[in-house]
Amino acid sequence: MADDQVILLDYWVSVFGMRVRIALAEKEIKYESREEDLLGNKSDLLLKMNPIYKKIPVLIHNGKPVCESLIIVQYIDEIWNDRSPLLPSEPYQRAQARFWADFVDKKVAPRGVLWKKGEEQEAAKNELVETFKILEGELGDKPYFGGETFGFVDISLVTFSCWFHAFEMFGKFSMKAEFPKITEWAKRCMQRESVAKSLQDPKKVDEFVVEYRKKSLGLE
Amino acid sequence: MANSSSTDVKVLGAWPSPFVIRVRIALNIKSVKYEFLEETLGSKSQLLLQSNPVYKKIPVLIHGGKSISESLIIVQYIDEVWNSGPSILHSDPYDRAIERFWAAYVDDKLFPSMKLINTAQGEEKAAIVEQAIEGLVLLEEAFQKSSKGKAFFGGDRIGFLDIAFGSMLGWLRAIEKMGGVKLLDEAKTPGLVQWAECFCADGAVKGIIPDTEKLVEFAKILVKMKGAPLGKN
Repeated sequence: MADDQVILLDYWVSVFGMRVRIALAEKEIKYESREEDLLGNKSDLLLKMNPIYKKIPVLIHNGKPVCESLIIVQYIDEIWNDRSPLLPSEPYQRAQARFWADFVDKKVAPRGVLWKKGEEQEAAKNELVETFKILEGELGDKPYFGGETFGFVDISLVTFSCWFHAFEMFGKFSMKAEFPKITEWAKRCMQRESVAKSLQDPKKVDEFVVEYRKKSLGLE
Repeated sequence: MANSSSTDVKVLGAWPSPFVIRVRIALNIKSVKYEFLEETLGSKSQLLLQSNPVYKKIPVLIHGGKSISESLIIVQYIDEVWNSGPSILHSDPYDRAIERFWAAYVDDKLFPSMKLINTAQGEEKAAIVEQAIEGLVLLEEAFQKSSKGKAFFGGDRIGFLDIAFGSMLGWLRAIEKMGGVKLLDEAKTPGLVQWAECFCADGAVKGIIPDTEKLVEFAKILVKMKGAPLGKN
């Protein structure tokens, strides 16, 4: 494994890129990170490695691209399978982990509360709150979504924690008041070096959201 | 795990659903006997609401009392549990990443664009058809790379992507018929045309994909019920 060449095409504020950073850090894999200028020009390498979606993250392992963050995290877990397992080994637990990570992608990732206005924004906010209610229930009193150990579902959701303040700002609700377990869980995850190193400063995320709404979406 | 009684494995589903078809094909590949519990159109059973409280959708696999939802997740579960049977996913992690990518593409891009063909008209319809065909051409390329000259995406035998995409063939044909369009054709997607024949003739698939006529009739019923065919499944 010492001769592996690992490149990550990334974008500083991307929740999806952050998932891969965490997975690589959990496995202590050395890699080269290349920042894409997504709002400007996408690199030739990105267009070549992900011609279908032209999106980051892309993991390039010994020249071969892997796309889609949850697929990349599973790939990392399967290749570097000698340390820090990210998915459970038992099939039913694995299916549950995949189910909840997919739920995060379907229900949290769209972030309509940030990108829409008026009635659409209100509807998106309500859906997000319902989503977090379900996640709060699913987490329960466990330290992590997978139980005792940090894993796949935690990775899929924790990257949004640096976006929580933005959700609160635009959704006009309090994560801590409404979802205390998730709030505690996010703090617990931040104690892991892999997470602390990979997530973005929430203030910078807020600035990005405001900027993006104005410039790219024409919203105030 | 290989010899569960048939009551140990239940599939909550409905005959027209391509997502349910995926689960049934996977169980057939593994020669697993199961009880097929058909949901009634327009209502959801207590068992469905209990076993998939998050989405309340079919398919749900209930194995030894435990429920698993989301068709592609179910297929992977089946592959991992009944691991003495023929493998469904590739053995190499990179190949698995590729087939997972394309399976997600089928769900996120291809099937949605196919469904839009039904409700679109005129110029919009032509644009959507072109988009769907472009997607199929991408899958043709993926097929050529993945099959390496063999019959299936999985090689000699049906694999994960064969199931993910093949399950859609019934509706693909129905949409072609209802829309008066050709989606798979010899000129643009020759590999897939042949693949579709091999897939539908396979022992694990035979009898599972509904006849085109039946699906066309079903689509008409859906239109009457919800005002749009192939609405939320």
